[in-house]
This record gives sequence, structure tokens and C-alpha cells, in this order.
Amino acid sequence: MAADEEELSINEQAISASEDEEGSDDERKHKKLLEAISSMGSRKRKKQNERSEASVQVSEFFVNAEGTGEKVNLSDLLGTVEKTSGASNKTKKQLRNLQSSKETLELPLNKQQTEKIQRGIAYEKTAAEVSCWRNIILQNQKAEQMVFPLNQESPGPKRVEQVVAGWKVQTPLEQEIFRLLHINSQPVDDPVLTPVEEQSLKAMSLEEAKIRRAELQKARALQSYYEAKAKREKKIKSKKYHKVQRKAKCKDFLKQFDEMVKTNPEGALEELKKMELSRMEERMSLKHQNSGKWAKSKAIMAKYDDSARKAMQEQLQMNKDLTQKIVVPSDDEHESNEEGLETIPDFVNDSEPVIDSVNPWMRGQLTHEEPEVSCVTTEDVQTAEEENEEEELVGEFERKRKLRQADEEDLIPTEEERKRAGLKKIQPASEVVEEDVVEVSDKEEEDDDDDDEEEEEEDVSEFNTLFRLMRSEKTLEGSNQTREGLNTPGQEDEEGLLNEGQIRVRNIEDLEVLGEFVDPQPIAEPSLPRTAAVEATSEPPYKKKREIDLKEVLTKEAKAVKVPFLPTVVDEEERDEQISIIKEAFAGDDVISDFIKDKSKLEAAGRPEVVDLTLPGWGEWGGVGLKPSRWKRKRERDEQISIIKEAFAGDDVISDFIKDKSKLEAAGRPEVVDLTLPGWGEWGGVGLKPSRWKRKRFRIKTAPPPPRQDQKLPDVIISENRNASVASHQVSQLPFPFQNTAQFESSIRTPIGPTWNTQSVVKNMTKPKVITKMGAIIEPMVKEDFIKNKTTTPGGKGPAIMLGENKRAKEGTKRSSEKHRGRRSQKRRK
Amino acid sequence: HQSAYESDNIKVLCRNPDDYVRETTRDIQRVPRNYDPTLHPFEVPREYTRALNATKLERVFAKPFVASLDGHRDGISCITKHAKSLSTVISGACDGEVKLWNLPRQECLRTVQAHEGFVRGICSRFCGTSFFTVGDDKTIKQWNLEAPGYGVREEPINTILGKAVFTGIDHHQRESTFVTCGQTVDIWDEQRSSPIRSFSWGVDSFSCVRYNPVETELLASCASDRSIVLYDTRESAPLRKVIMQLRSNTLCWNPMEAYYFTCANEDYNLYTYDIRHLDVPVTVHMDHVSAVLDVDYSPTGREFVSASFDKTIRIFPKDKGHSREVYHTKRMQHVICVRWSADNKYVLSGSDEMNIRLWKANASEKLGLLSTREKAAAHYNKKLIEKFQHHPQVRRIARHRHLPGDILKQKREQREMKEARRRREQNVRKHSKPGSVPLLTEKEKHVAAVVE
Repeated sequence: MAADEEELSINEQAISASEDEEGSDDERKHKKLLEAISSMGSRKRKKQNERSEASVQVSEFFVNAEGTGEKVNLSDLLGTVEKTSGASNKTKKQLRNLQSSKETLELPLNKQQTEKIQRGIAYEKTAAEVSCWRNIILQNQKAEQMVFPLNQESPGPKRVEQVVAGWKVQTPLEQEIFRLLHINSQPVDDPVLTPVEEQSLKAMSLEEAKIRRAELQKARALQSYYEAKAKREKKIKSKKYHKVQRKAKCKDFLKQFDEMVKTNPEGALEELKKMELSRMEERMSLKHQNSGKWAKSKAIMAKYDDSARKAMQEQLQMNKDLTQKIVVPSDDEHESNEEGLETIPDFVNDSEPVIDSVNPWMRGQLTHEEPEVSCVTTEDVQTAEEENEEEELVGEFERKRKLRQADEEDLIPTEEERKRAGLKKIQPASEVVEEDVVEVSDKEEEDDDDDDEEEEEEDVSEFNTLFRLMRSEKTLEGSNQTREGLNTPGQEDEEGLLNEGQIRVRNIEDLEVLGEFVDPQPIAEPSLPRTAAVEATSEPPYKKKREIDLKEVLTKEAKAVKVPFLPTVVDEEERDEQISIIKEAFAGDDVISDFIKDKSKLEAAGRPEVVDLTLPGWGEWGGVGLKPSRWKRKRERDEQISIIKEAFAGDDVISDFIKDKSKLEAAGRPEVVDLTLPGWGEWGGVGLKPSRWKRKRFRIKTAPPPPRQDQKLPDVIISENRNASVASHQVSQLPFPFQNTAQFESSIRTPIGPTWNTQSVVKNMTKPKVITKMGAIIEPMVKEDFIKNKTTTPGGKGPAIMLGENKRAKEGTKRSSEKHRGRRSQKRRK
Repeated sequence: HQSAYESDNIKVLCRNPDDYVRETTRDIQRVPRNYDPTLHPFEVPREYTRALNATKLERVFAKPFVASLDGHRDGISCITKHAKSLSTVISGACDGEVKLWNLPRQECLRTVQAHEGFVRGICSRFCGTSFFTVGDDKTIKQWNLEAPGYGVREEPINTILGKAVFTGIDHHQRESTFVTCGQTVDIWDEQRSSPIRSFSWGVDSFSCVRYNPVETELLASCASDRSIVLYDTRESAPLRKVIMQLRSNTLCWNPMEAYYFTCANEDYNLYTYDIRHLDVPVTVHMDHVSAVLDVDYSPTGREFVSASFDKTIRIFPKDKGHSREVYHTKRMQHVICVRWSADNKYVLSGSDEMNIRLWKANASEKLGLLSTREKAAAHYNKKLIEKFQHHPQVRRIARHRHLPGDILKQKREQREMKEARRRREQNVRKHSKPGSVPLLTEKEKHVAAVVE
């Protein structure tokens, strides 16, 4: 079929060609013929279009293309697509969707808007690009020193490789060779290092290598020293030496072991196991059993020789020691031990062999006693007379004391007993006399914690030692006392004052007890503070206490003195004297105010706090932002005011202030300078005064200073100490970068000059911020030098030989050769 | 044996001559020094005195004027530095004459009648072999830096005739393109006679265009509609535009900090901008009492110098609001152009009265080669002044400058005006609805708009 049609069309072409040439006559004939032919055929033939008039679009085959004017519809395409099996389903689907959608495209934006958008995008891009400089710029701004021109080439002669570096490959052969070399990352020039070598170099710089070598050397040297030492020691023949060494080692080991128990229990266990092993070995062996040759010989000697006997005994002892089982203290055991153990040393309760009746400690009872002035020793240089007097005095004192003691014992036996009981009850916490009551109670609770127990144990031991120490001291003192006796009361005061405390808190009971001996004014005796622990022993802490007003007696802050005692009777006169002495001694410190402050503090602490009982929503509207009503607030404020008043009831601040101010004013007032010469120009002598005119003439009043700034401000003191002549040189405001005056002052205080610093320090401190090289052109920054991985070089353009220094630059550049030339020649100055 | 015996018993003082003998007679005497602070008391007062003396000496030695180059027959309109030679300077005058100067010899090497009318701009090619000039005769001319042989006429290498007057020119840092401005901003290739690209954004004339020396594809120009326009040569359109209250005359990019530029404005101030945040200038530099005509950065990017119509040159630290130095002479008239030399040592100014003046960038700096001791002393003094800069006496002396009477008067006048303006604004604010008169900072006041 297709072949037939083709033939036909060829015929037609031929005909039509002739047709053009011949004319319309033939055309008619031809038409007839055609009709005839077509009528002959049974099949209906498709009628071919003919080009009958001039047309723009001429088909390839001289036939008018069908539907040339029309647009190709999507449906046309679709029809064929549906039929063809090759087209994917996806495209079919898309085409179908397209066909069904009815939307039209939007109009393009007008030119202004598109340009604006373009500009915006371009700007963003540029801004982002420029921002990559940020770090460099910040770094340069912060840099302590900048050296310009940047990227200076190192001065001095260059290596050959560096000079050669700019050389480029030219011939194809060279190119080939270099390509190969580059591919295999081989050094292009001999002296240049391979990447591997470079890496190894990088891994260990010269300094590091040097340091490492030095370390190794040192280690080797040390080792050899040790070896030599060990050799030397080994050579020593002395048995004694080795014995001593061994013992020292043993001791060391024990010490270490003790520590190990605390720090590294596992290690300690290991050690223990080792010990166990050695024990077993000892038990197995006959060593130290006195069964050896040596032992036998010694046994014979033993009868006559003491030392031999001793040696044998030693051997046996050794064996015993080594075979003894090591006891591991377990926790339970510990506890039981603890319980069994009396926490109080026995001698606390022992009745005292009366060595010194003066010392309460020695008697085992804690009664209030006369002060033991412990600093008696200073009174070495005393005349014989005084000594005699003293002895007399001492005798008197002794007598008195004994008397009193007897009385006391008669009066308060129960008291004493109770105290003793108390002392027994409380735990050794009373050890240091200033121990807190709380702590005592804690101890009483007997926590089972190991730590506590340990502490307690320590405490006990400490207590024991302390106790013993004190005892010995006291005995000594006692003997001293008997020899030297006591000081006279006055001296006693003076001596004692410095160590004396100030507050003396006493119980009413105590006072009652002491009542008989205490005068109506019992204070005079400078008294040492009773310590809390002692109080704790005597009565429970909540007992009411009364303070003795010490306003009259000015004493220093309480110092811990361990011995409690009774106040003694002093005469009125003595007391005054004492007070005056005390006042003199404490002229500097404002003891009274301190005392008052302390007192007020104590009072304040004791006083009930102001409890805010206002319930916000009670009796009125409540809510966020609403305050309790005014009467409520007023009441609170009144309370506050009263509290403040109470708190400051003691010190008169206002009068102090006024005093201060008047003092300052007086100091500022001009003084009269008296220049009168008594005997000059007239008679002089005893009882004669210079005449009035003279006094008038020669007593010079200086001009009054300008009125004080605070003259009209009654409640302000403005200091006029500022020196105007210096002020002009002083900085009045804190300058900008400094945070506080201390910083600024310290910056000024450190000298930077060569008078105070070494040369190198000065050089370092005074180095300028910017250094420029003389006669060198400072070129602007080159982006490629500072910001890497920007662009890559195109293939053959770069130099064939790349070196360490140039690599970096090359990686990110396409800097023209002119640039390079420029760099080189920049130093030249025309 | 005897001597040994003696030496055992007799102790002789023995010193190593290395400790006290100097190597050559030109060396200074070696003085052992004890740095024990108790031996050198009063550090602070002594250093303070030294600082005060250093400050005074600094002022005593502050003689910034080095030389004056005369020879032009009209006001100097533009100066440029040679790209590769410190000693060569090219200047153009209002009569179309261009002169090449040798600075150390202080003489004119060559004179070229380059244009008819003003020489509006000169720039040197980056390689330093030729330079370009633009003038009022609508031409761009490229000249060889080498003088022609004897008897040969001065001829430009290239001449490009443009359609309109060119007002400024600048050359790319390392490529053979340059940019001119006039009615549009044009980018030219040296090999072509027509611009390869031209930018315009609704403005009829530009007064100055500058390449960014670091980000070499960036451009900035000052336009007569009070705006500063940024361009990127890789983009087809300009980037952004800032419109200020008054016109900017020239601008200069910071050669060390890519995104900062400073513009010299008609309102007597200079503004430093960060191109990433154009809406507010980074710093406003105030001190001039008349329009600022030119500005140039020091090659270190730390300071810049500005020339003003008020007949002074001022040097500003790049981040400070006020100048650290002011230069003026009796005979110097309106300063039209100013450049900072490429070695950071000198400043060149060209003024209306036909002279080019050479100034020191640091007024009291000693020129020439310094010995190490001189250098150390200078550094120490500088550091001392810096250390005690907040002390009133030091500050007073260090900040004292002599100003011509009329400038002083103008300054005072302007202070008053400013105060009055401030007061007035305050009053307005006081008597208007709260919030309706916003409180503007000095920086915000001068920017009218940023156009995208």
C-alpha cells in the first residue's frame, strides 16, 4: 500500500510539473482523466489539496501544508501520545493536567520592580561576600602591633628553589613530566621536601624535638645516677648499715601502708595479702626458730654471754612478729570497741592528790576560783624587799583561800556533786573549753557514723594530752607560786588586763553561790570569761542569765582563757584606779561603743521578729498589684520605726556627728601666731608680762579661710581636704575603657620606663601599635592573601614549581604576573 | 708553690673585664643597674613628670610643614600618587595643566597641557607606567609616565572622546579596567574606546567614583542628588543608594578594612559607613567649619586626612568623632584635594592658591633614619603620653592647637548655632505630643533615606 501511494504521488508530481509548463488547456484534460481514473477505482481516494494560490508557507513537497495557519492544539498531541507506547505515563499525566487547567500566566513585573529586586539580591550577595573580612578586620583592630607593609617578604638571601619557583613549564615534554610529578606528589626540585617529610616536620617542630631530647637526656642521666648509687650501696659491707636501712624501709613501708589504707583500700588489701603470704612462708620455714647452726652455737654461748642470749631472744621475737596474724579491723568491731571504751579519761574522775589546792583542774572539780595569773614569769627583776613583801602577801592569800574553800565546801556540797555528775555525763566535748553546746549535744547523741567516731576518738586523745599537759604545767606553776608567790593586786591588774575578756555572763545561781564573797559592787575584779563548756557542765543552756554591766569596766574582747575563777573583793579606791588604767590602755579603741553594739545585736537577736501578719486579701480586695490598705501599712511602718529606734537606742549618732563637725570647724579656724619677745624693748623677768601694745603688735592673726562649704548645711560635712594645687593634676573622672578606679590606678601604677624595668621589658611595654617600614609602599590588602579557598587557578597558568610559601598564595589566586613584579620592586624608590 | 699558698690565704678582688669594658669606644659605657624598687622610689610622679615633658616636647617639635611645590598657574584640582614610586606625584590644575613632581627634590619633572578647561581627575595605572586624566573637554587621555625624547611633542598614548564631561576617574587595582563618572558611571576597558558597562540610576551627574582597593570589584560614587551609590562591576545593576541631607563631595575606601568607606560632605562633616549597614553611619567626624572637599585614607587604614573649604587640613582617627590634628598656614587657601603618601609618613594637599604642600603625617615626628636609642626614646615618650593621656595637664597640652582667628570664630559661631538648634528641638519636643518628635542621635540625623 505505502509503495503504491508513493508511486502515485510521484506521478502526480510529474503531472503537476508539466501542468505548470503547458497551461490551463492541459489542466482541464488532466482533470477529466483523473476523474475517469478515480471513477474506475472502487475505493474512494483521499482528495489531495492543491496549491492554487500564492502562499507564504510552502511545503517541502510543493504541496500546501495542511493546517499551517492553525496552532497545534494540545489535544492533537495528546491523541498521538495516547497511542504511542513509548511515552511515559508521567508525561501523559502532565499533559492531561495541562489540558484541564484553565489558568493564565501572570503578567511580568514592570521594569522598576524587577530592577529593584535584582539590586536587592545583588546587594545581599555583596554584603555577604564582604562580611568574610570581618574576622580579619576585628583581629587587626585588636592586634597589639601591626607591621606594615603586610605580608613582607623575609629579608636576606633566598634559597635557589624560591627563586626558581616562578619558572613555568613551556614545552609539552616538560608539561608531561611535571604533570606526572604532580600526580605522584613528588618533589619537583631536589631540596624541596616531599609531602610526607613535610608532614613529619610539622608533627614535630624543632623546639619540640629539642625539648624532647633534653627530657630523654635527663631521664637517662637520672637512671645512671640511680644505678650508680644502688651499686655503691650494695658494695657497703657494714651489716649495721644494712640493718638500719632495712628498718628505715620497713618504717617507710608501714607509713605508706597506713596512708594506703585511707586512700587506696584495694592496694592495701593487696599488701595485706602479701603480708599474709610472707607469714605463711615464715611459718613453713625454720628461719628464726633458733634451730640453725648459728642458733645452736649461740645457745651454747647463751649461758655465759648476755648478748648471745639477747640475740636469740631477738630471733624468737622476730619469728613471733612475723607469724602473728594480721587483724583487719572491721566496722562492727570498731563500734563495739567504741561502746566499750570510756570516752572520758579515767583521771578526770579521779580524786585529786592535793598537789595544788589552787588549781581547780587538779582537784577534778570545776569551781570558780581566783584567777591564775599565768604571766608571772616576767617579774624576774624584783628587789629583795619586794619579794619579802610578796611572800607575806602570798601567805595571807593562801590563808584566805583556804578559809574560803572550807566555807564553800560546807555551803554547797550538793552543787559540787551535781557538777561532777554533769561533768561525767558530758562527753569529752568539754575538752577545749570553748566548745559549742550544740556540739556537746551532738556528741551525746552518739552518731554511729565512722567519721564522727574517729573524730571523737581524736578528741578524746587530744583531750587526754591536753589534760596531761595542763596538769604538768599547773604543778610547775604551783611550785612557782609557792616560791614566788602572787603579785601585788595592782600589778596583778595591770598584768591581767591585756588578756582579759569583756563580757562576763554569769548565772544567777552562781551569783547566789558567790553572794557571800561578792561585794555590792562585784565587778571591779577584772574577770576572765566563763566559757560555754563550763556553763554547759553546770546547768542547761536555757537557764536564765544575767549580765553584769561592764560599762564601767572597760575591757577588751573576750579571749579564751581556760580557767574559771571567782571575782575577788577589791576596794573602792583600787577599783577607780583600775578603771583609769583600763581607760588609758584602751584610749584608742572605742570599746564602749563596740560593747553597746554587741549588746544591741544580742538584744535584737533575742527580740521577737516583726512578723508580717497582714493577709493581703483579708478584709479588703486582694489580687496582684493590690497592696494592703493604708492603715495596715502605717501600722507596719510605725513598728519599723520603733524597732529602729530601739536598735539605735544606745548610741547617740546625732551628737557624735555634731561633735565631729565642730571639731573639723575648729581645726579649720586660723590660729594666732604669737611673736612677742618677752624682754625685748622693756623690762623682762619673772612675773612680768609683755605690754599690751606689744601683744597687740606681735600677735598676728592669719586671714580667715574662706567659709566652709557646709557652713549652712547643718547635717552635712563636706571635707575640705582636697588640695587645689594637686587637683589640677589629678584625673577627676574615670576614663572610658576602665571599669573601676582600681583598674585605672593599677594601670598608672605600673612604671614602663627603663629606670624600673629591664631593657627587654621596656621594649615590650613601649612597642608601638603600628610599625611602618621606611620607604616602603604600603599596599592595600590583597584578598587572596587573607581569604583562602576563593578561586582555583586555571590549569597551566601557575608556576610549575610550587613551594611551601607560594602554595597558599597560588591556591587562591589568579594574581597577574604584574602583581608579582610589583611586589618585588616595591622596595625600590625612584 | 708559694704563690699557690698565698692565693689560698689572700683574697683578691677579681672582676671580669667583660662586665665593665665596652667593646668599642663608640659603645656607651656599661652601667650595672639594680632594679630594686626601693632604690627607685616615686615611680608614678616621676613618670608623670616625664609624660608631661614628653607632651610639651611633642608640641614644641610639632612642625608639620615640610615643603611647598609651586609651579601651577591655576588652582590645583586633583592630585594622585604614583602607584609604584613614593617620590612621584602627579597633579592637575584648573587650567588643564598636569605636572609631575619629584618630592625629595621638590621640583617639577614634567608639565603637560592635558586638557582644555579643568583637569577633573587623574589616576595612575597600577603598574606605574602610565596615568589617565579626564577633563572638561569630554576626553579621557592616557599618558606615558616616561617623558618623551627631546624635541618630541607631548602626545597622549590614547584619547577617548566621550559624550559628556567626565568628573572623576579611578583605576582598577590590578586589572586593565578603569571607571569614570560624569552623567553616568562607566567602566572602561583600556583596549576599547567605548565603555564596557555603564550604570545610571536616575541621577544626572556624579562627582566622584572610587574602586574598593580590597574588594576590587566594588565601586562607590557620590552623586549630585545627595546620594552615595554602590556598584558591583559583576552585576548589571547598582547595589544600593544612601541619600544624605547634603551632597557628598568625595569618598574614600579604607584600604585595610574592606567594608568601610568615608565620605566628605558639604555639611562640614565626614561620615564613615559600613556598606553592610548603610542606614546609619558608623562614625560622624566633625571639626571642619566649612564644606569638606576631599578625603584620603592612610595606607594603614587607621586614620584619614580631609581637606576643607575652610582652608585647613585635618587628620582623623578612623573611629573617632574629632580630629587629632589640624594643619593650616597663612597662605593656604581653600584646600581642594589631599592625599596620604603610600609610606604613611606624609600628607599632600593641593589648594586654590596653586601650591601643593607636603606635610608630615605626625607633626612632631623626627624624619630620617633614627638610631635605636632615638627610636626607643620616641616609643617610650609616646607610650608615656598614652599612659597619662587622661590627666588634665597632659591632655590640655596635647590637645592644644593654634587656629586662625576666623576659623576659631566660625567654630564658636557654629557651636552656638548647634546649641540653639538643639534647644529649639528640645522646646518643640516639650510642647508637642509625646513621641511625635522623635529623639534622633547625631548619626541618624544626616541620613535621609536608603534606596534599594
